Amino acid sequence: MDFTFSEREKAFRKEVEDFVDEELPADWVEKNIYWPGGYGTLAQFEEFGPQVEQFTCRLAEKGWLTISWPKEYGGAGLSHMEQAIFHERMSYHRAPGAGIATGIGGPTIMRVGSEEMKKEWLPRIAKGEIRFWLAYSEPNTGSDLASMQTRAVEDGDDLIINGQKIWGTAAHVSHCAWMAVRTDPTAPPHKGISLVIVNNTSPGVTIRPLINICGFHSFNEVFFDNVRVPKKNVVGEMNKGWYYLMVALDFERLVIPIGGFRRTFEEIVRYARETKHNGQALSQQPLIQNKLVNIAIQIEIAYMFFWHIAWMLDKGLVPNIEASVLKLVTTELSQKLANTGMQVMGHYGQVENISKWSCLQGRVCLGYLDCISALVGAGTSEIQRNIIAMRGLGLPRK
Amino acid sequence: MDLGLSEEQEMLKASARDFLQKECPKRLVRQLDESDEGYSSELWQKMAKQGWMGLVFPEKYGGSDGNFLDLTVLLEEMGYNILPGPFFSTVVLGGLTILAAGSEEQKTEFLPKVASGETILSLALTEPTASYEAASVKTKAIARNGEYVINGTKLFVLNANVADYILCVARTKETKNPEDGITIFLADAKSPGVKCNLLKTLARDKQCEVIFDNVTVPKKNIIGKPDEGWPIVKDVLQKATVAKCAEMVGGAQAALDMAVNYAKERVQFGRPIGSFQAIQHHCANMVTDVSGSRFITYKAAWKVSEGLPATTDVAIAKTWTGEAYGRVTLLAHQIFGAIGFTMDHDIHLYYRQAKAAEIIFGDADFQRAIVARELGL
Repeated sequence: MDFTFSEREKAFRKEVEDFVDEELPADWVEKNIYWPGGYGTLAQFEEFGPQVEQFTCRLAEKGWLTISWPKEYGGAGLSHMEQAIFHERMSYHRAPGAGIATGIGGPTIMRVGSEEMKKEWLPRIAKGEIRFWLAYSEPNTGSDLASMQTRAVEDGDDLIINGQKIWGTAAHVSHCAWMAVRTDPTAPPHKGISLVIVNNTSPGVTIRPLINICGFHSFNEVFFDNVRVPKKNVVGEMNKGWYYLMVALDFERLVIPIGGFRRTFEEIVRYARETKHNGQALSQQPLIQNKLVNIAIQIEIAYMFFWHIAWMLDKGLVPNIEASVLKLVTTELSQKLANTGMQVMGHYGQVENISKWSCLQGRVCLGYLDCISALVGAGTSEIQRNIIAMRGLGLPRK
Repeated sequence: MDLGLSEEQEMLKASARDFLQKECPKRLVRQLDESDEGYSSELWQKMAKQGWMGLVFPEKYGGSDGNFLDLTVLLEEMGYNILPGPFFSTVVLGGLTILAAGSEEQKTEFLPKVASGETILSLALTEPTASYEAASVKTKAIARNGEYVINGTKLFVLNANVADYILCVARTKETKNPEDGITIFLADAKSPGVKCNLLKTLARDKQCEVIFDNVTVPKKNIIGKPDEGWPIVKDVLQKATVAKCAEMVGGAQAALDMAVNYAKERVQFGRPIGSFQAIQHHCANMVTDVSGSRFITYKAAWKVSEGLPATTDVAIAKTWTGEAYGRVTLLAHQIFGAIGFTMDHDIHLYYRQAKAAEIIFGDADFQRAIVARELGL
């Protein structure tokens, strides 16, 4: 066994560090309100406008926007451990990076798309010119994704789509929906779903904001009223969407904001060191120490799950329950971290960032709200536990 | 033993639930949360007509002679409906302090006005150290020409923004014992030099920074005796802590009720999600937490109501209930899934309150330390 990085990995880690130092604005990490694991502030990257565009552009130039892609499609051709290092460092600096198009759309098109589709979409995705939003969930289709009802009917060379999608994160600042629709209502639920790319500007698409409990517009509900889409936008074969969708889940196992947990934890620890109560630093109080130590231990454990998955993938092993465990552990850590931060700050924790009395830019206060979404999005904790129980432990379904 | 509520208390509970559901719908709760005042004078007057503000005052002060346990019942319902406004600060923090330690003259002057809904009170205790210990009271009051002049900054003061009078806890003497030399002043909120800044907080409860800049208060407005105010503060803190627990029990019950109803209605995989063990276990955990919290809260409230020593019981109630409310609202959020993460849904109102309630009057660690001390550790 060896728990250290290889020389090559160390050099790569330094390259990423240097890149971030050079390319990210100096006050970025302070200003960015992202809470590790949360979805509530994701679309706020857009608030930074040109800064994000510029950074994304530089990432694309280095092939790091599509870091998991093979070299032939403009990827970086790196090992999984190197990708893990990349994601760890980037999330530590709260840097913007992969999206739905680079993380899910692109890789799926590579594997199942036609040559024409690859030519049309991949180069633009790799350059960061096209952003997708994920159109899977519907008002009555959450965890039970295969029950989706949004319908696409063939009409000559087109599909005509009718229905409603919900929780479209950043749909309002994206270009196209990466969308699952029902194309065969007579088939069993899993066998009548297709994947299709739908332009946001198509007539009949209405995007309405949903304001989340952080007070931000990150989600949308999107209505499709007789939306006409050319059949060439269907990804792979008709009615195989469910299979593609499951395969896509495998692509992004390492896109976990693992570094964000460490970063935020370090900031809370610094606050505890610098804040005195009755002449004694908070960090010297046994009860505070106890709480912080608990979090430190859990972050270490989460990191071990993370590196372990990268190691497995490089070995050619297939992480199965490991991915669910990592999702479960890190998202629950997201809540524990927020709660511990709030407890350390006490009264001050609840003051929002517009006040001179707030601390850490009100980051923890916002995180306390945002962390709710971590255990819900991308498969709830219950679904992760079901996967662990049924797929991992072989427990019966009924 | 009799662990049930009296017939009158059951009636009070039922009528409070009905009244609040009718008069304070969630639409109004949100509206008040977003407003600067944080309360509706129309609703405030209706509450006064119900006799709520005077519930625990003797009849001669315009009250209805109820006891602290009656107030606990009412507060649980206020927590259930997440009633915004200055009831807590006016009746629990202000009214009970005047009732316990005020002079006959002060009681006659202020309590009937509180009971009638005319006067709103606030207690300015905590300062930028955010501590509930006597040593943290740094705001100074100096005697001058038969008056006192107050200087200092109070922080996290509930409802000071709408208060007519602020009970200001100030230091009037420096001694080795920090509990000696503290005096409570009843300051007119409109006095020159009182500056109130509203904080925007997680729970949208109206917490303020109150700056006293050479504020003069007449000697007759001292509650209790000069320099001997700390035991009064301790007493009101104990009552307030139990009162907050009662609100939390109500809030946790509401979160549980909402989540269970939703689990019965929400269909996924062709059946109500409540039929899944994962959700069932969440609900079971919530019930356990809510029931446990109610038992220990009412035990502590009963002791306070009877005037029995209650230090340990109150600390245990606050430790457990504070953490349980957090757990319950978090599980409720988990059951509601994505829809609960929207501003339009009600559950986040409870989740926000849970944290504010956990913090105020000493969080679980603060309370655990009291328990440890009382256990002789």
